[in-house]
Amino acid sequence: MSLTAPSTRPDRPSLRRRLVRLAERATTPLLPADYLDLFDPLRPGADLRGRIVEVHPETADAATIVIRPGADWAGHVPGQYVRIGVDVDGIRQWRAYSLTHGPRPDGFISITVKAVPGGLVSTHLVRESRPGTLVHLEQAQGEFVLPTDGGKFLFVTAGSGVTPVIGMLRNLYPVADGGVVRLARAAAYDIVVLHVAPSEPDSIFIDNLRALDAAGLIRLVARYDDEHGVLDVADLETLVPDLHERSTLACGPGGLLDALQDHHDARGLDLLTEQFRVTTLVVGEGGTVDFTGSSSGAGTTVDADGATPILDAAEAAGVLMPSGCRMGICFGCVLPLKEGAVRDLRTGAVTTATPGETEGSGVPIQTCISAAAGACVIDH
Amino acid sequence: MTVLQKKAHNPIGHLTPEDIEQLGVELDAIRQSVIDTRGADDAAYIRKVIDAQRKLELGSRAILLISMFPPAWVVGTAGLAVAKIIENMEIGHNVMHGQWDWMRDPKIHSTTWEWDNASPSEQWKHSHNELHHTYTNVIGKDNDLGYGIMRVDEDQRWVPFYTAQPLWNFVNACFFEYGIAAYDLELGKNLATKERRNDPEFRARAKVTLKKIRNQMTKDYVIHPLVSGPSFLNTLAANATANLIRNLWTHSVIMCGHFPEGVETFERKSIVGETRGEWYLRQMLGSANISGSKAMHFMTGNLSFQIEHHLFPDLPSNRYQQIAPQVQALFEKYGLTYTTGSLPRQVASAWKKVIRLSLPNNFGRKARAKVLPMLPVPTRRTVDDAAAA
Repeated sequence: MSLTAPSTRPDRPSLRRRLVRLAERATTPLLPADYLDLFDPLRPGADLRGRIVEVHPETADAATIVIRPGADWAGHVPGQYVRIGVDVDGIRQWRAYSLTHGPRPDGFISITVKAVPGGLVSTHLVRESRPGTLVHLEQAQGEFVLPTDGGKFLFVTAGSGVTPVIGMLRNLYPVADGGVVRLARAAAYDIVVLHVAPSEPDSIFIDNLRALDAAGLIRLVARYDDEHGVLDVADLETLVPDLHERSTLACGPGGLLDALQDHHDARGLDLLTEQFRVTTLVVGEGGTVDFTGSSSGAGTTVDADGATPILDAAEAAGVLMPSGCRMGICFGCVLPLKEGAVRDLRTGAVTTATPGETEGSGVPIQTCISAAAGACVIDH
Repeated sequence: MTVLQKKAHNPIGHLTPEDIEQLGVELDAIRQSVIDTRGADDAAYIRKVIDAQRKLELGSRAILLISMFPPAWVVGTAGLAVAKIIENMEIGHNVMHGQWDWMRDPKIHSTTWEWDNASPSEQWKHSHNELHHTYTNVIGKDNDLGYGIMRVDEDQRWVPFYTAQPLWNFVNACFFEYGIAAYDLELGKNLATKERRNDPEFRARAKVTLKKIRNQMTKDYVIHPLVSGPSFLNTLAANATANLIRNLWTHSVIMCGHFPEGVETFERKSIVGETRGEWYLRQMLGSANISGSKAMHFMTGNLSFQIEHHLFPDLPSNRYQQIAPQVQALFEKYGLTYTTGSLPRQVASAWKKVIRLSLPNNFGRKARAKVLPMLPVPTRRTVDDAAAA
């Protein structure tokens, strides 16, 4: 149920506008969209959603999920990622995944997910997701894309960091029944892929990379921790002798990216990196609560201990807070947690919000029974 | 809990403070067991109910397009009434309680939900969730006790206005959604003085309510009749009938929650410094259930499990039935009365109370005293002795 009426474009014929208005009057307090969604959730004008059409395993713990996006999907550039909302145990969870195909003729999009140990959403997607399931999408985003005018590149990919690179390579070198298609525009690219993984069987897309290498389209340098030892960036010049002629695009865990940044900065080389998870949440007892937004309390930082409801701590600090029963039953005090962790004082359950992972508008929390469990940012 | 202690048999006199705290611990454990198992099945349940309700409403309104044919009128009106009841009870009331907020679905969330009712959700959430659920059955704090127009407890002072309260109650039942809107606006209090009438906050809230009412009425009494063309008047009548049925049904169900005999009330002083265990105890004694079929429970929005709902207002409604035996076992263990009865019985009980309390407490005694002047009149009589008369 949405509360805001969709804005009708002023340049549309007034008859259409009047019909929309009439439909709104006939469905109030809901919107016509709330009824249309029952029959066609992927129609033009609907909130952006997608339907899973295929799930196929890549390795023992990774799968590619093919999704038919809603009619308003605006397309993407290989290398970009999409934020996807899936319901796990009934709870909407948002994560970002790289799109692993270039634009496809059938209009579908795909993501490749590696089930991370303890990863709620990745495990669910790899093991539980089924064709037919409706998922929630945002438009593709991300600056990690391949320049369109060709050149010499080094891709450094670690673990599932290979996924955006696969998107770029598939777009450049599409595979048809007869083998890899050699497109004219691909001739302008000279690509080396340095692929790092814990071990060979864990390597997502290694077959695709090998096929491209065998066809002479890219040069693959594969490094497995169990075989070659953990990659030392100081060895880059040995592994890739013409490193200084190339621009580097790297995607992987923060530690590797930081090391690469230092290495490249010291040598004055180009580096473009991509890392989804920027912040690591520290869950503890108590913490600072920052209020952002448009209320009179915005800009205030409150120190809250681990035993005091955020509502009480904020009020003691002079922030005008919405409140109600003060015992967790009326939901009159709910505010969105944009970032951080809070603990339910009744149950001890911890709720976290991570920008880029949880919903953009924040995770609604009951401030009257939630205590800070680390630094928090609350929209108010 | 002074009102209780005045009674000949104080229903909680046998409980020590330790008992009450232990009761709280055991209820917390029931609550936790539901939270621990809340998941995909529950989410599927509410989505299925919302999906079915919207399709039923669409289908009924489609049939009413030809409501000049009597069978279409009957089927369409019945379908629309049922759809409106489900929308208000099992969906609207429960979503606005935050029972489904854990799903983090912005479309099924207490902060975004708006319902097919005269009262805007924001105002209803304040008067219902904050006031009524926090101060349940506390005289002078919980305005749900008689909605400010009726006397439903012996401890509410009698004034002649209450003589006509059976009539007020019937009128309120017919126009219940507007009654709720007026109540959420605290219309009686806010129209009383010029200062209150001109309070900008009150005026802003009244404006929101009036706009909502205008939109609701335009939908049911203008737009849908108009698109029915030659069936204009039939559809108008059908929509009015569906709203009337919904109002009478919801009013009856809600009367059964706190008005029947056996439900206790509490004094304002008694809740000062109330512990969690005592709060639970007040909810247990201040609410009454309705027994009946699965379909009846569904149509009441599971408010037939009023006791379970008042103990755990934010647990998903589909779970109340499941925990009811555990809750009832706790009533037995602690020697408390689990007030329940069939819908006709509870409605009759609530109406009986409304009629009885339209007269002063000692009305019957006084009359009898005139007939039997020799009868010794006790110098100090408890209110409940009078009520029993």
